[in-house]
Amino acid sequence: MDMALPVVNATAAVLARVSAAFNAPLARAVVFGVHIDGHLVVEGLLIAVIVFQLTRKSYKPPKKPLSEKEIDELCDEWEPEPLCPPIKEGARIDTPMLESAAGPHTIVDGKEVVNFASANYLGLIGNEKIIDSCVGSLEKYGVGSCGPRGFYGTIDVHLDCEAKIANFLGTPDSILYSYGISTIFSVIPAFCKKGDIIVADEGVHWAVQNGLHLSRSTVVYFKHNDMASLASTLEKLTRGNKRAEKIRRYIVVESIYQNSGQIAPLDEIVKLKEKYRFRVILEESHSFGVLGKSGRGLAEHYGVPIEKIDIITAGMGNALATDGGFCTGSVRVVDHQRLSSSGYVFSASLPPYLASAAVSAVNYLEENPSVLASLRSNIALLHQELSDTPGLEISSHVLSPIVFLKLKKSTGSPATDLDLLETIAERVLKEDSVFIVTSKKSNLDRCKLPIGIRLFVSAGHTESDISTLSSSLKRVSASVLSDYF
Amino acid sequence: MVRLPYVTALTTLFSYGLLFAFGQLRDFFRRILDAHKPSNLKARCPCPRPCSYLPGPIPALVHGPTPPRGAMLQILLARCSVSRPPFLTVDFVAGRTTKTSKCLNLGSYNYLGFAAADEYCTPRVIESLKKYSASTCSVRVDGGNTKLHTELEELAARFVGKPAAILFGMGYVTNSAIIPALIGKGGLIISDSLNHNSIVNGARGSGATVRVFQHNNPAHLEEVLREQIAGGQPRTHRPWKKIIVIVEGIYSMEGELCKLPEAYTYLDEAHSIGAIGKTGRGVCELLGVDPADVDIMMGTFTKSFGSCGGYIAASKEIIHHLKHTCPAHIYATSMSPPAVQQVISAIKVILGEDGTNRGAKKLAQIRENSNFFRSELQKMGFEVLGDNDSPVMPIMLYNPAKIPAFSRECLRQNVAVVTVAFPATPLLLARARICISASHSREDLIKGLEATYSVVMITIQVIELNFMPIWQVISKVGDLVGIKYFPVEQEKSTAVEKLKKIQ
Repeated sequence: MDMALPVVNATAAVLARVSAAFNAPLARAVVFGVHIDGHLVVEGLLIAVIVFQLTRKSYKPPKKPLSEKEIDELCDEWEPEPLCPPIKEGARIDTPMLESAAGPHTIVDGKEVVNFASANYLGLIGNEKIIDSCVGSLEKYGVGSCGPRGFYGTIDVHLDCEAKIANFLGTPDSILYSYGISTIFSVIPAFCKKGDIIVADEGVHWAVQNGLHLSRSTVVYFKHNDMASLASTLEKLTRGNKRAEKIRRYIVVESIYQNSGQIAPLDEIVKLKEKYRFRVILEESHSFGVLGKSGRGLAEHYGVPIEKIDIITAGMGNALATDGGFCTGSVRVVDHQRLSSSGYVFSASLPPYLASAAVSAVNYLEENPSVLASLRSNIALLHQELSDTPGLEISSHVLSPIVFLKLKKSTGSPATDLDLLETIAERVLKEDSVFIVTSKKSNLDRCKLPIGIRLFVSAGHTESDISTLSSSLKRVSASVLSDYF
Repeated sequence: MVRLPYVTALTTLFSYGLLFAFGQLRDFFRRILDAHKPSNLKARCPCPRPCSYLPGPIPALVHGPTPPRGAMLQILLARCSVSRPPFLTVDFVAGRTTKTSKCLNLGSYNYLGFAAADEYCTPRVIESLKKYSASTCSVRVDGGNTKLHTELEELAARFVGKPAAILFGMGYVTNSAIIPALIGKGGLIISDSLNHNSIVNGARGSGATVRVFQHNNPAHLEEVLREQIAGGQPRTHRPWKKIIVIVEGIYSMEGELCKLPEAYTYLDEAHSIGAIGKTGRGVCELLGVDPADVDIMMGTFTKSFGSCGGYIAASKEIIHHLKHTCPAHIYATSMSPPAVQQVISAIKVILGEDGTNRGAKKLAQIRENSNFFRSELQKMGFEVLGDNDSPVMPIMLYNPAKIPAFSRECLRQNVAVVTVAFPATPLLLARARICISASHSREDLIKGLEATYSVVMITIQVIELNFMPIWQVISKVGDLVGIKYFPVEQEKSTAVEKLKKIQ
């Protein structure tokens, strides 16, 4: 009780003081006869402080822009790199010059040779009907079309060609491009934008890589033609990633890879695509007119309905023996490209005679499906004959018309490998009059697959051509590669 | 330079705003109506669509040039389909009908008249087709190199005035595949603000830093150059490895000629080669610049030579380097041999090596035609861009509603013109682009004026194309659509007085 009393007194005193302070009349001052409230003084002081701070110069580290004289000196000193590196000693410059049509037999540098360097899979080079339709077109329309498709460059043969191809493949519509490689590198940026995810095979060729780069999407590569790697990549990208549900996702594969001759297993890809909800862009340049019972491509070969593949592109410079490319898919896919695909809108349209050549080529394929059987038997024969080539092994698929031979044992440096293969090709041409080529790479190409000798088999080759090639190749590679194995 | 009246700018902006609003409304309804359609993939993340409010191009079908000149073409006028969702396309020609009409072609790039079958070129082209077939099915470095290709490379180099040249099958690919081969990361590309899409793609694909300078303004270019050399690469300030300046000879949407600056220059002569200069050698000849000063000259064969493809002409070392690294040379199918032969024959005609002077006549004709046409249009009160001697003359339209109106009215009177809007040109500066050809004959036009000046003033029934006075048509349509932004005082003069003035 004794302790409580002083505490109570102290509390009461504090309370009294606080209430006094609250209830005290507001301080007032009278200046020059004007009443000023206390809070105004506080506000006035604050304003004065703010104004004072604002008028002070803020401290910035002094910026010393370069004087004119300094800029002149820098410009004089600046030495640009040369526009191109100097010519290397001993670099192979000359390419063989053809003096006749690139059919199964052709004239190279004055000599008649057997030609395994042209992707003339159906043997349509030199076909009379196609040449006649081209002549008709040339006489009617001239050579060029002199304008993009939007500016009076659309000619009726273009529409015929698009309808024919769509009809042949069983899709609603297709769109024509004026150059083979520009097809894929215009289609990809038209659909894939920044922020999308693309899963692509690491062995795709340069045009596809360029398209992927131009699209500015996130690109993830999976191991070449390895479905397990593809499945794990897709799983990694979509598992637990809520955001992945809302962005567009694509898988980009080629049907027959130019860099290795492998064939993509479309049935498994479609299963994966449906499981993880991706869209598929399929590049069919080398399989259109080759695979499938009637040449309709990879989808027919695997028995996959064509509607399941979202976008199909192909260059027509191979089986159809013409130039240009096409893209096909659903109606929306094709119509979108008519306004947004840069290679279609900003470039002149395909020369009309090439479009009519394409129409005749597809007609020929529909009327003569037996040409596919001869192509297939030629490929099988070549595989059989080349299976025991010393130093070289076949690394392409048994059905691929590109037969890819690579060195059994690499020397370790790509430059030496290329040198050896080029020597083989040169000697085969010189000694046995067979024209073969190696796969060449640009330094802008990021594909790391091994190089090799590429043989393009045609339905127009005869058995004797194939046996000439195989015996010559065996002999020359035995002699060139004898030091290396 | 373009002088845009304020009122026009405001009304144009308002029109575009209205179009955009309608496009959004349409998209909104489409989303509601489509909601019930089962499509789990598409509904969640639909494929990208182009802007629904932008008017698309107005494609029409070409049934082929009527021999012998190619200046006229038949157009299949098809049914106009209603604007299909989700695009608010202004007009779209779908399918074909049998209704054809012969029109005067002012839209195709046919500067020297090689587009149709030509008496010198076509027989040779057919011969080469029979010998080499339509395609080589092979890339140039493999089995696609024929005698014709080598011959054309030498001829193109000689024509342009450079030591060597390299050939490609497509003009667009020439730019977009060459620029990455010449310059990479650590380099700088300074390009004109109005360069073509292929150059923009090539510059982006190369990985170099890109800076833009004001269109055709060498003072600004110099300023940008000095600033960039002194500043160095962004953030690290290391000196640039290389700097390339890219300009075009004639700008396809402007019709102007460029003034060439110094530094590694890359000149894109897609539209000017073959059409400009006394002997058709392009902007260098016209402006008196030595080709050796320009490091790289690029051109296409689509326009003046009536074929397809492109070339690059430069020193022997650069061409050698390109032949070993350029992906378009190593991976792309080589140019079709008949197209190569067409270019060879066309160049021979232009140089006079075919034994006649048709080339010189064509060059003189196109210059005369363009200057005459441009001056007449300007006298009538149209706003025409472009320098003298340039065969490309844009007529400014501005308002989006006038674009299809102009084109359709002209088509109704059998003149085919091309109209362009955003995104090929700046948003407010839509235009109609006229391309003059050497095949357009002045005698026809004047004869037409004499014969039908009175008829045209009253009706628009023109039957025979030979009597068609082009600028009467354009003047009438210009009045209808209201694009004469700079009316001349004697606007009220009748056709008779105009005729007297011309003669």
